[in-house]
Amino acid sequence: MHELAVTESLLNTACDYAIKNNAQRVISLSIIIGELSSIIGDSVQFYWDIISENTICEKSTLVFNKIPAKFICQSCGKEFEINGELIPCPACGRMDLRTIQGDEFLLESIDIEKDPNKKR
Amino acid sequence: MSKKTIQIVKKIMSANDQIAEENQEFLNSKNILTINVMASPGSGKTSLILRTIENISSQSKIAVIEGDTAPVTIDSDKISNLNIPVIQINTGGECHLDALMVRTGLEQLDLSNINLLIIENVGNLICPAAFRLGEHFSIVIASIPEGDDKPYKYPNIYRGIQSLILNKTDLLPYVDFNIDYFKQGIEALNPGVAFFPLSCKTGEGFDKWADWLKTRIQEMK
Repeated sequence: MHELAVTESLLNTACDYAIKNNAQRVISLSIIIGELSSIIGDSVQFYWDIISENTICEKSTLVFNKIPAKFICQSCGKEFEINGELIPCPACGRMDLRTIQGDEFLLESIDIEKDPNKKR
Repeated sequence: MSKKTIQIVKKIMSANDQIAEENQEFLNSKNILTINVMASPGSGKTSLILRTIENISSQSKIAVIEGDTAPVTIDSDKISNLNIPVIQINTGGECHLDALMVRTGLEQLDLSNINLLIIENVGNLICPAAFRLGEHFSIVIASIPEGDDKPYKYPNIYRGIQSLILNKTDLLPYVDFNIDYFKQGIEALNPGVAFFPLSCKTGEGFDKWADWLKTRIQEMK
């Protein structure tokens, strides 16, 4: 349930960029969620609809781009993705692994609507 | 109206991380080693803190920040009974401490001559992992009755920690807990993490943890 704090952080960031770019409103946000980030997209969406009311982000759409967890085996160098469950290296069977992808939780971009008569 | 895409690519937690960094700078300026203790409810966070205080308070001055979801002072009372400065942060139902809450706690604590600050996070294996507080070391306490599969089910909390305590080893004869299986999961997530199986009840294994902590405090001076 820490998604509320996370969603507030997301809203602040999106509003900052939207205002800086003279947006009339925000249409959508593109968000990257790594499988290991422990963020639940549905839960972020739930809070988003509530807390974005009366802001420049009201009624905007959240688009989640999920990226899988990826490990490298430090024994044999094999890179592999996991699907939910933690598994040993499929090549050599050892558990000497390092994460190379899957921690991410990023606001990638926002689509905004702006008045073409205004500068920038 | 025209539509435009603004590229951002920004970590969403960065506001919290920024405050965490400021907290750490403040703690560095006072040479206060700070540890963030995370665990599920009932794993023995308060027991570990009490025993740690007992073990090292003759050599180091300790202060404690207690994170709790409700305004119940059971934990902080136990600590203040030992004449240790303690501040309780009531998160108002939130499942974790964040850097701003810790900053508020730091402002309220008398930190003069303190060498070690222990932050007891809210009992939870998911949310606290996402929020840095300004600590120098993050610690997780697992315990035997929770089961040996926890690293596989809650991988995030075990990654990025510097020390792992496995508490309640006195219960090993009564519980099916495969330490090798548990350690294999940990090694995959966090190779080489300092690992201390111990019992806060009997004191078995406790000295190794206390020595590790004393060394970290020395390094801070």
